[in-house]
Amino acid sequence: MRQFIIRRTVYAIITLLILSLTIFLVVRLTGDPVTLLAEPGARAEDLARVRVEWGLDRPLPVQYLSFLENILTGKLGNSFNYEMPVSTLYFQRLPNSLELALAASLISFVIGIPAGLISAVRVNSAWDNFGKVVALLGLSVPGFWLGLVLILVFSVWLGWLPTSGQGDWRNLIMPALALGWYFAASLLRLTRSSMLEVLRSEYIKLARLKGLPGVVVIAVHAFKNALIPVITLAGVNLVIMVNAAVIIEVIFAWPGIGRLLYEGIFQRDFPLVQGIVLLAGIMIVAINLIIDVVYAWIDPRIRLAR
Amino acid sequence: MTTTDEIATAAAAAPAPAAAEYFTRRGGGLRFVRELPLLPLAILVPFILIAILANLIAPYDPTEPIPGAKIFEPPFWMPGGSMHALLGTDFQARDVLSRLIFGARVSLIVGMMGTIVAGSLGTALGILSGYLGGWVDQLIMRVTDAWLALPALVFAIFLATVVGPSMWNIVIILGLVYWTRYTRVIRGEVLSLREREFVKLAEIAGGSRRRIILRHILPNVMNSTMVLASLTIGVVIIAEASLSFLGIGVPAPQPAWGSMLSDGRSMLMVGDWWLTVFPGLCILLVVLATQLLGDWLRVRLDPQLRNM
Repeated sequence: MRQFIIRRTVYAIITLLILSLTIFLVVRLTGDPVTLLAEPGARAEDLARVRVEWGLDRPLPVQYLSFLENILTGKLGNSFNYEMPVSTLYFQRLPNSLELALAASLISFVIGIPAGLISAVRVNSAWDNFGKVVALLGLSVPGFWLGLVLILVFSVWLGWLPTSGQGDWRNLIMPALALGWYFAASLLRLTRSSMLEVLRSEYIKLARLKGLPGVVVIAVHAFKNALIPVITLAGVNLVIMVNAAVIIEVIFAWPGIGRLLYEGIFQRDFPLVQGIVLLAGIMIVAINLIIDVVYAWIDPRIRLAR
Repeated sequence: MTTTDEIATAAAAAPAPAAAEYFTRRGGGLRFVRELPLLPLAILVPFILIAILANLIAPYDPTEPIPGAKIFEPPFWMPGGSMHALLGTDFQARDVLSRLIFGARVSLIVGMMGTIVAGSLGTALGILSGYLGGWVDQLIMRVTDAWLALPALVFAIFLATVVGPSMWNIVIILGLVYWTRYTRVIRGEVLSLREREFVKLAEIAGGSRRRIILRHILPNVMNSTMVLASLTIGVVIIAEASLSFLGIGVPAPQPAWGSMLSDGRSMLMVGDWWLTVFPGLCILLVVLATQLLGDWLRVRLDPQLRNM
């Protein structure tokens, strides 16, 4: 187990190194980074100051090492617009994004898991076909357009829900639905295929042969095992929703990380954009590491296999 | 050499019968027609024709106001609408219909070209990774893992802010964001292909690596690449729309469905729905059609994936 954790941690660190190197190189190879790191409209002497401040006059390997050092010590630079450290801003917005992402996860569970379950238990029935249509629409209807249509119908035409901002559940329901929509479809697909696989396995046949009622076999024996990959996906989805809900947060004026990223793009606040991208990457690598370790802890076959 | 090539060709042809075989084996041409994916083609073909013939079909220049028209005119069937601008006008009195027609061009070009860039890069690296093994494999797979770690949209936003907006930049950016999906799958396939008899025979016969990769490996992974491509194209189209919505995609005044949605957003509050509904419906229809086509292709080309 310890060996497994060490190996996985090393992989995660390598992943983060490559990620940071990618971001570092993209910024430096596509043009002069000073133009990105200096505030728009800066004068020549400001540019020179920024060049020294960020150490851009030094050779690339030295620059990369100090870039890494800054990441490790949490110094991701200051946002031009807020004149605050990017990491402070990120963690200020994190609870808001988490609130939205949790609500969206809940919606994706409520739609995706029961629908996937029914589709798998009644394969090729009308239910299954309905599930397929939902899954197809989930992947084809862009979430941000769904958000706009929801605003049109429920805020503008019916006047039931507020169009934007943060508040009680009425503010939360439309952005959560628009954000959770796509993920509901992916959970549906996964629940269905995972459930189908479990239902074909030997121990389910045995449970049926023992004469257990069908409901017990499905609810107790099959569903619990089929849920493992589903929970994993839900965990990864949550982290993605926290970091990548850019357009939904913009449409609904939700003060989360996605909106922060949008402000960064809009105001050409490059340190903000770069910092958010790095933090998003770190969070996702971390959650993947945690999931791997928990898996191995539950299932010895995983930690013993290479 | 010929024998090994024949074996390879036979193996390549085995999983998916060629169209010609289809007619003879499955009882006549009607069956072939019946099994065509009619719904997705019925949606896609018109959109492709519209995109190609945009210059001929569009009633107005999509970047210029209609002379004499008001801003925010509604579609023709609504009070205040006119037959001049069938689907209404936008905030600069430009024709919504013409902008949708030229927007189809942008969406389809970016969708296809982005998919081609991602697919060729991903397939090439997947083959190299799987066939060469060793440090090349390690390097490619570690980069793949790292690039997969970032949410696609966040990565695309980052690249777009660095390189600046233009349609061809978006094609390259989306290619760079989505190649990783191919590499994983193709590498896995190559690992098992490498152990197959016809590849071993080709190696013993003295075929060069280059020849084995091009003649024996590549044709055998093309089916998977095609299936993945058909499923990626919709994702790429939505990603382009997202970037254009955020103002870092196709630059104004060039019409793109994503930026049209963004332009129409402010007028949504006063009920000018046509600015939002039509571009979204176009995205929805095209992506839906590519997904359906992808499902059809998946069943055609790879029976093992049928249950996915």
